[in-house]
Amino acid sequence: MYDLIVVGGGPAGLAAACAAWEKGLRKILLVERDKELGGILNQCIHNGFGLHHFKEELTGPEYAGRFVRMLQDTEVEVRLDTMVLEITPARQVHMVGKTTGYRVEEAKSIILAMGCRERTRGAIAIPGARPAGVFTAGAAQRYVNMEGWMPGERVVILGSGDIGLIMARRMTLEGAKVLACVEVMPYSGGLNRNIVQCLQNYGIPLYLSHTVTDIRGKDRVEQVVVSQVDAQRSPIPGTEMVFDCDTLLLSVGLIPENELTRQAGIEMDRRTNGAVVYENMETSLPGVFACGNVAHVHDLVDFVTAESQRSGAAAADYVLAGGREGSAAVLEVKNGDGVTYTVPQRIRPGLVEKSCGLFFRVNRVCGDSEILVTSGEAPIARFSREHLAPGEMEHIVLPRVLLDRAAGELTVSIREVEKA
Amino acid sequence: MKELICIVCPKGCHLKVDEEKGYAVTGNGCPRGAEYGKIELTHPTRVVTSTVRCVGGAHPRCPVKTDGAIPKGLIREAMGLLEAVTLTAPVALGQVAVANVCGTGVNFVTTRAM
Repeated sequence: MYDLIVVGGGPAGLAAACAAWEKGLRKILLVERDKELGGILNQCIHNGFGLHHFKEELTGPEYAGRFVRMLQDTEVEVRLDTMVLEITPARQVHMVGKTTGYRVEEAKSIILAMGCRERTRGAIAIPGARPAGVFTAGAAQRYVNMEGWMPGERVVILGSGDIGLIMARRMTLEGAKVLACVEVMPYSGGLNRNIVQCLQNYGIPLYLSHTVTDIRGKDRVEQVVVSQVDAQRSPIPGTEMVFDCDTLLLSVGLIPENELTRQAGIEMDRRTNGAVVYENMETSLPGVFACGNVAHVHDLVDFVTAESQRSGAAAADYVLAGGREGSAAVLEVKNGDGVTYTVPQRIRPGLVEKSCGLFFRVNRVCGDSEILVTSGEAPIARFSREHLAPGEMEHIVLPRVLLDRAAGELTVSIREVEKA
Repeated sequence: MKELICIVCPKGCHLKVDEEKGYAVTGNGCPRGAEYGKIELTHPTRVVTSTVRCVGGAHPRCPVKTDGAIPKGLIREAMGLLEAVTLTAPVALGQVAVANVCGTGVNFVTTRAM
């Protein structure tokens, strides 16, 4: 019987396992389906990681490498090339490994750290022919940065999420011609710095409120048709632009990879596509925690690390206390105006030591704004921001004393402030 | 007066740089933004990341970065230098792949062990 099994050896799983070890758990198993630890960071060779956590600018492999070395200083058991197939409510973990075969391991606690995967062409139903040359941006990133293959020479990118922007620069530096980055929304889903340093610096046009309406080509992509869209995101006839290209990269969103979570009967949140979690990242199944992109898609790995460390520490507390007796009062966190999701979705004030962090996203771009936290009619807290955008995850911290004033529910909303 | 978006960190501050007042920067959230604003308008630089061929390792490519910023105008030339490089595993983290890139004194170093 393990104290803790961590599913996934990317940044979330690594940080969670290290934190649980530091808190005193000794029988920890980390399971990773790839042949090495580090997850997607291994293919993110650009820099910009770690400014919050390490206070310096690292590349993805460097960031991952630091955590891998931290883990090597512990006695956490690692199984590579091993895929978890099923998790039961009794915390049995079914897995199959290249050298270990089919095993069922039992654990006092489990951390779900499976990350997310990319939306594909099928998920967003792009019309047109079905030739080769349509890739998700992350797949192309792996080909270029790890395997050493160039996906194509003339490229159109659909979606302005960070991976798409990073790949626009990367493909350009490797000699491809990136013709356009096309975004269906009237604003970019990526960070401003990436629009500047990946598109503008290389003269790549960004078409906002546009989308791909046709893919042409027999064996290989030959042309991509891009149309402007109206406020309802419907293509406007007569606005078509035709790009002669051999490659279309898709950077159209990430979906938390929660097959195991659903199968275990854990309560899910349709807003995050992740498990509903409490303040300590515990799911509806006691002793089972979720962290990182499997819980909700983050912008920055530094925040994944922080969340996963909390989750690892919470799993250790759970095991060292011998489970948890009784039930605590729960606050349901609700979306108010302008808020699309919150994590955690539930807070047990009685289990909050000093304060509870709350992540959320907004549904529109705002200038000077206030973030309001209320419970019923009662105001609980207020935070001001100069700028809010859907592409940038927001974070507020609620002290325990304020949580104790709330009853039953908390609502988070935003409000634009008129300039005096 | 020039307006820039700071690329030093993910916050993306909106900078205003006054060329006539010695490149004085406003709108920056930290001292690094002030430095970026000035450098970007006088002699812009970037850290360049890419990969080199690697034999005998876990993957056919090993990631590298410049261990300091190089002038923006030299990025293409610097990328060209990587074509000729083949590393052989075992490769150490921080190993020099190309020394003194384009005479800048900056090196391409590996960003993982392989």
